[in-house]
Amino acid sequence: MLNRFASLILWAVLFGAALAAQAETTQTITIHDKQFDPRETSIPSDTKVKLIIKNQDSFPVEFESRELSREVIVPAHGEISVFVGPLENGRYPFFNDFNHNMTGTIVAAPEKK
Amino acid sequence: MFATAVILFREVLEASLIIAIVLGASRGIHQRGRWVLAGVGTGLLGASLVALLASTASEYFSGDSQALLNAFILLMAVSMLTWHNVWMATHARELRAELTAVGTDVQEGSRPLTALMVITALAVMREGSEAVLFVWAIAAGGGQAVEMSMGAAAGVATGVLAGVLLYLGLLRIPVRHFFSVTSWMILFLAAGLSAQAAGFLNQAGLLPSLGNSIWNTSQWLDQSSALGQLLHIFVGYIATPSGIQVLFYLGTLALILVLMYRGRIKNLFFGYLSAS
Repeated sequence: MLNRFASLILWAVLFGAALAAQAETTQTITIHDKQFDPRETSIPSDTKVKLIIKNQDSFPVEFESRELSREVIVPAHGEISVFVGPLENGRYPFFNDFNHNMTGTIVAAPEKK
Repeated sequence: MFATAVILFREVLEASLIIAIVLGASRGIHQRGRWVLAGVGTGLLGASLVALLASTASEYFSGDSQALLNAFILLMAVSMLTWHNVWMATHARELRAELTAVGTDVQEGSRPLTALMVITALAVMREGSEAVLFVWAIAAGGGQAVEMSMGAAAGVATGVLAGVLLYLGLLRIPVRHFFSVTSWMILFLAAGLSAQAAGFLNQAGLLPSLGNSIWNTSQWLDQSSALGQLLHIFVGYIATPSGIQVLFYLGTLALILVLMYRGRIKNLFFGYLSAS
């Protein structure tokens, strides 16, 4: 019984922390002429970041990253948003699963103050 | 052309292997072939619909709705697989009897058929929509249309062949062990899909990740390697799983096991009570 109560509190804390982390930073990546622009995007580490991916080309793109465990289809002339992080410092490559020649990297680094 | 074949092979493979497993697991159930075919048809229809939505930049498809749709499809498949396994836990003996003797119809044989159809439809829909979009993307890219479509056809054919081979392999398992093998396969398949669903719910910002990568086994077994991909499909292998994915995986595993063996667990519990 006590155990159950303890785990309930743990969950509430975790959930609260998740909600608190939603004060968000946004970063945009544009797709045009069959490339990601910019090829390299910097985001602050240890922060939850909302990535907005805009596709200006006339064919769909599947934005995928195994390192980020993200996978999302960006419609032709469409726009999607996807949350990443909080990430540790490091480089996180991503690619277009429909065209593996299209690649990019997200670089997570400490925020400059 | 080769690149096209490889990508389509990957998309088709997952659906094809899942269908092979459920076809094996439902062996001996009357009329299952018809229901699985209906599932493939419904799945293709759904896949085209999703692909159409995605290609027209519909608002329904932007933002987090896509991750939510994926999570919903995956969790739905998990619940159907659970239903199937729980049903099998009590009916496996009858099915086994039917496979050895001739002409005895299984009672209540129609129940998991809807589950069978839905699982098939969902698998085809999820992977199929990506395949359709991919083909459309290269077609729109222009050039080499003939080569591309040949590659696509080769990829699809190889993917289907892999499923057929798995099914034929499963049939070689002795009847005595057959249903316990397929039950265990479905158990881990469901847990893996559930972990994927957790990933999508986290992607949509609905669930905390509880740690981005609890461990990283990319060095030992890269998830994009052939073995890594196969293990990903069969047992849900993820090289860098998040905490919530591990939690969903273990939770699903435990839930299905408890449901499957609830009779035995109850007996054990009451046996213990009356003994003390």
